[in-house]
Amino acid sequence: MSALLEIDKLSLEFRTRSGIVRALENVSLQLPEGGSLGLVGESGSGKSVLSFAVLGIQDAAATITGGTIRFAGTDLLADGGSAMKTMRGRELAMIFQNPRVALNPIRQVGRQIEDVLLRHTALRGAAARARAIECLADVRIPDPERRYSAYPFELSGGMCQRVMIAIALACKPRLLIADEPTTGLDVTTQAAIMRLIRDLGREKGMATLLITHDLGLARDFCDKLAVMHAGHIVEVGPTETLFRTPAHPYTAQLVRATPVGQERLENLASIPGNLPDLRRGDLPPCRFSERCELRSPACATPLPNLVVSPGHLVGCHHPQARSSP
Amino acid sequence: MSQLLEAIDLVKRFPVRSKGRKKLLHAVDGLNFHIDAGETVGLVGESGCGKSTLVRLLTRTLDSTSGHVRFRGQGIGLIAARAMADHPLRREIQMVFQDPTDSLNPRYTARQTIAEAVHLLTDTRGWAAIDSAVEVAAAQVGLPPELLDRYPHQLSGGQKARVGIARAIVVKPRLLVLDEPTAALDVSVQAVILQLLDRLKREMAMSFLFVSHDLNVVRLLCDRVMVMYLGQIVESGPAREVFARPLHPYTRALIASLPGGHGNDADLLVGGDPQSPIDPDAHRCRLFGRCPRGAERCQTQAPPLREISRGRSAACHFVAPTEREVFIDAALTVHKLHLPPARRAALTTEFDRVADMARQVQSVRLPDDTAPAPQFRP
Repeated sequence: MSALLEIDKLSLEFRTRSGIVRALENVSLQLPEGGSLGLVGESGSGKSVLSFAVLGIQDAAATITGGTIRFAGTDLLADGGSAMKTMRGRELAMIFQNPRVALNPIRQVGRQIEDVLLRHTALRGAAARARAIECLADVRIPDPERRYSAYPFELSGGMCQRVMIAIALACKPRLLIADEPTTGLDVTTQAAIMRLIRDLGREKGMATLLITHDLGLARDFCDKLAVMHAGHIVEVGPTETLFRTPAHPYTAQLVRATPVGQERLENLASIPGNLPDLRRGDLPPCRFSERCELRSPACATPLPNLVVSPGHLVGCHHPQARSSP
Repeated sequence: MSQLLEAIDLVKRFPVRSKGRKKLLHAVDGLNFHIDAGETVGLVGESGCGKSTLVRLLTRTLDSTSGHVRFRGQGIGLIAARAMADHPLRREIQMVFQDPTDSLNPRYTARQTIAEAVHLLTDTRGWAAIDSAVEVAAAQVGLPPELLDRYPHQLSGGQKARVGIARAIVVKPRLLVLDEPTAALDVSVQAVILQLLDRLKREMAMSFLFVSHDLNVVRLLCDRVMVMYLGQIVESGPAREVFARPLHPYTRALIASLPGGHGNDADLLVGGDPQSPIDPDAHRCRLFGRCPRGAERCQTQAPPLREISRGRSAACHFVAPTEREVFIDAALTVHKLHLPPARRAALTTEFDRVADMARQVQSVRLPDDTAPAPQFRP
């Protein structure tokens, strides 16, 4: 089966006044049609940069220095990203972190959904309005006709996030990128929003890329996980495998640092040190090695890409787990 | 354990204007609770439920509408928020804020930030004395002394969190109010800060009021938890017990909502937004409309917070009464007594005390919530 989204050895740099930040290095990922992948890691690990690069909306200071991004067979980086212009919003859509910031504060939310429809579909006038109301109903907003003319400030955070989802799903995309869709929302609202994304994904056969720092959340909603650390993907594998038998020491520590399922506070592990400064010229091949307990001289040599079990890959010289039972 | 802080019928209403008419927003609606010396109490609830208002009432930065706050037996509810700045009790209640980046002065070094608290709130004078107090506090929170002369932007998130905690504990408060102290931190740092708080709690014999929306964190750190919904406490009890066997539908929903597969989907809240806190219907359960179990009765009769078993309270019609409750109810009916909730709670405590004494004297069989089958024989 060919992947819907295929990122191959993608590298991205930011040229800044204080030096070149190597934000992504040799990042490879595959997401099949209708699949769900969780991208997890600390803040600053490059999760959002990666998702912005997929949509071609990275910062002006960013340069892609190598690799390819293919979506349903089309090279998104060819011709300066011209293919992206017609696909963004229609084939690939994104839910941003903070709905209050991402929505236009002085435009009725229904209008904002219509904007997407006018850009990408043949719907006009009353038909577009009717479809926009349908979109609001799809994301289970009560009383969609009335909410159509609401402004973002009149809606709660959870409702704003539903509107964001409605905008993203208006053109029935094949890939939805959700960048921390529930940060800042209450757990009860978070559960409702995440179930909504999952159910809509299943209904419409849509693939989901969930970006989160919450491992518990990723565990509940993704088939596969990719763990990012300092611009590298250090481990990819089926969610349960990664939780039960993490191979990379960083994954293992992340799992132990998550309070979900822990019985005692003393069992919570912390990860010593910080992310390395990505501007340094002498970054080691393994960017985790300086924080790692298992560091050895081998860590100064280029990273292997080991297959622990089918679909479970790790970039480490000292993978911890045996192949999962 | 002695009571350090006690809130009695605490109420805060904000006047608001809605469609040109004056109305009242019930932010904190008749809270009764206490925090014992050395105890860690978690306060959980969604945004807008009144957690922050309550914190401001307790730290005396906001004046209450009615009700009392007692701190070490002394009424502090009537100290005007403005007068609190100079009040000797100000030192005893300190606060750690949510986002260390926003709550530290960007133009003060860590040392200046911590020293300011010493200078303003204690009698310590002289550079050397203040400095040594600062260094002791820094050591307690695990902040290396070489970082003390850095500005906030030169510190990492975890280090800033430590500065925020050092600033609060340097004056040796009796009560530390922590408002989501780990919400802005990465999961890798969160664990260290939580363990630090746990250690400080034991070493310094402080009480904590730990405000958080993360039930998982509350479960690990707190002795007791209070769950708040729209200005009212809907459930309280020992943190582990509440987590293992939640009684109130809202608590059940909170736990079912947690990522990581606790509880089941049938407990999730239904419907959309909560009821408006502006002039709420006093005869309707606040959760009605979102509650998966809502019934006719919940619309006409708001369930009061009642003590279900020793140390565990919940406000819901669906929580079956225990043997002890039935016993007390029967006793009240026999004597034709109608008691307000606070008096009833006092009576329950008295009942427990007498029951304990009776058990010591002889092995009498008394109604007790540990009895297997709650069955009442008059």
